[in-house]
Amino acid sequence: MFENLSDKLNLIFKKVRGHGRLNESNVQDALKEIRLALLEADVNYKVVKDLINNIRDRAIGKEVLDSLTPGQQVIKIVNQELTGLMGGARQELLLTGRTPFVIMLVGLQGSGKTTTCGKLALHLRKQGRNPFLVPADIYRPAAIDQLKKLGAQLNIPVYSSDKELGPVDICINALSQAGRYSSDVMIIDTAGRLHIDEVLMNELVTIKEKVRPTEILFVADAMTGQDAVNVAGEFNRILDFTGIILTKMEGDARGGAALSIKAVTGKPLKFIGVGEKLDALEPFYPDRMASRILGMGDVLSLIEKAQEEFDQKEALILEKKLRKKKFDLEDFKKQLSQIKKLGPLEQILGMIPGMGQIKQLKNLKPDERELVKVEAIISSMTLKERANYKIIDGSRRKRIALGSGTNVQDVNRLLKNFAEMKKMMERITSKGFANLPGLFG
Amino acid sequence: MFGFRNKSIEKGEEPAEQKTGFFSRLKQGLKKTREGFTGRLDRLFLGKKEIDAELLDELEEILFTSDLGVEASKELIELIREGVERKNLDNPAQLKAALKEKIIEFLTIVEPEVREPKPGEPLVVMMIGVNGVGKTTTIGKVAALYKNEGKKVMLAAGDTFRAAAAEQLAIWGERVGADVIRQNEGADPSAVVYDAVSAAVGRQIDVLLIDTAGRLHTKVNLMEELSKIYRVADKKLPGAPHQIWLVLDATTGQNAISQAEIFHKILGLNGLILTKLDGTAKGGIVVGISRQLGIPIKYIGVGEKLDDLRPFNAKDFAEAIFSE
Repeated sequence: MFENLSDKLNLIFKKVRGHGRLNESNVQDALKEIRLALLEADVNYKVVKDLINNIRDRAIGKEVLDSLTPGQQVIKIVNQELTGLMGGARQELLLTGRTPFVIMLVGLQGSGKTTTCGKLALHLRKQGRNPFLVPADIYRPAAIDQLKKLGAQLNIPVYSSDKELGPVDICINALSQAGRYSSDVMIIDTAGRLHIDEVLMNELVTIKEKVRPTEILFVADAMTGQDAVNVAGEFNRILDFTGIILTKMEGDARGGAALSIKAVTGKPLKFIGVGEKLDALEPFYPDRMASRILGMGDVLSLIEKAQEEFDQKEALILEKKLRKKKFDLEDFKKQLSQIKKLGPLEQILGMIPGMGQIKQLKNLKPDERELVKVEAIISSMTLKERANYKIIDGSRRKRIALGSGTNVQDVNRLLKNFAEMKKMMERITSKGFANLPGLFG
Repeated sequence: MFGFRNKSIEKGEEPAEQKTGFFSRLKQGLKKTREGFTGRLDRLFLGKKEIDAELLDELEEILFTSDLGVEASKELIELIREGVERKNLDNPAQLKAALKEKIIEFLTIVEPEVREPKPGEPLVVMMIGVNGVGKTTTIGKVAALYKNEGKKVMLAAGDTFRAAAAEQLAIWGERVGADVIRQNEGADPSAVVYDAVSAAVGRQIDVLLIDTAGRLHTKVNLMEELSKIYRVADKKLPGAPHQIWLVLDATTGQNAISQAEIFHKILGLNGLILTKLDGTAKGGIVVGISRQLGIPIKYIGVGEKLDDLRPFNAKDFAEAIFSE
């Protein structure tokens, strides 16, 4: 996400840093380029105008020109302005007052409301809530089925909506049934609609009046262009929504919508969708996102993700084994599966500071299938072989290759890498995550 | 999306406005686009007799906010600037005419040669695109178009990933009266397509429309899955799929160009379908994509009704955008 914008800005910054002294004219040049980079990233024209004016006022002022490191100062200002644009501090979901809380998702067709409902329910359950889902999209064929199937996958109850009743009554009835599911959060999936469709927009207003949601979340596609602000503005004017979820952020969307919608509506971005899997929903942190855009990485999110997914006990056992130099292929396999839980490798790399700028790494698209291969090879070994890789001779290699659907060279390569890694690990006796980067090699 | 609230279509009644010609219906559908784009151009030119720097600045704003994209906008502005310098353009009316001409030029694409099905074999069309652009709905509408021409149509539920996608397609099949070939969720889409192509040949179908799961163009493995579907169809019926159409959402910004580029590189696109032009989106990306990639636009979606999918015609489109 944001790679395009991030690449462009980094290039501009490099130039800025290259100037020993900054004067008004080279700051102006840089600003022109930043402006185009933002426009190409679909940031709204007017938002860009304001942003550039703010940066200009500060960058040409004393703050920068008198500084010893003017280039750094300019970058700092851009970072601060971007963070400000995206909303400053993280805003949590507002779940206070009387239960059941009602969360309502609204947006255009195809923005990803139904999938996001499932993701949000899973997220809330992880936080100890008891959500249930209410399909109120009676228009799109099979939309109700879709939510029911998501509910079944997640083992989260789905209200059995009666199409004949219409969305408003469905929501009212569902709310009165919350007790039956012993639920404290009800998530409503509304039908996608155009912001200029008066009848359907009024339907949302009625639902809002009847079920009094604590959160109305506007779901928007990260790939939306300049129209994003019109759509969001209109939804906000009519519904006064409470927050924004941006979906499909895992592609090469330039994410300008993220920067614009908040600026235009004044409402906070609360989550971003980063994949098709149901756990691919991340809380949104404006400051962290700004540093990701500026190619400064996002170590905090990486650590949090690791803490959430890593099995602490497993990690302890592993650490002990490492200390005793007993790390074997079986442990290696376990560690691989832990890494896989963190999500696509590319995403993980993107969170590490400076990774974006390293040229060699740019072209190194980590291949998920390589991991699958490695796992298959280890799975085709006997327990004895896993415990002591040195006994794996030629005929064993052949058998393993056959069993894992790979070839002997693959097995050779894995064993060689493992031996090297083991050597390296034994040298470094530091603990925990310090060992992880070695695995990517 | 397309609604049950739209009872007239379920009963198969044609809306009353059918009598008005195609051109005016297209204009009606594009009214929003026109109000957005030319409405603002008109206001911009109002009371101005000369082209000055301020006017060019404002022109730039209009082009950008219509999603025309940095490259296309730059070229258009450069054209105007040159014209002004050479004194070919000295008033807003000429400027508008020049803009219109250039945009039509961008949108006019010589149809590349397409593979035709052999006599007696079905025309196989594959629809692809990112998530949520309206592929399944569009297939329903395209099926209705072919149905109206008296063709025998079959649909293949190649989206085996999204929950209830096959059900959605099945409902469309029922509405327009087309057979639907489907398998269980999670099945290999290539297998569905293999079945569908065999069935289409066996049942002497005229047009087979293949639905595929939405996928972001950046996901390598999912793009490979598309290539596989392509190969499987081609193996079962050499030459198929004859057409590959990319469905694009008109509200998409510059990312649409990246989508078109990558899908085109991997599969070779024969056409684009631009959906959701009935909102306030300006649809300017079409200009950028046509200019850059030279892929013809087949249809545009200008509403939720079954017959709100219109064949695209560059001249009509530009005409409708620019008509007073």
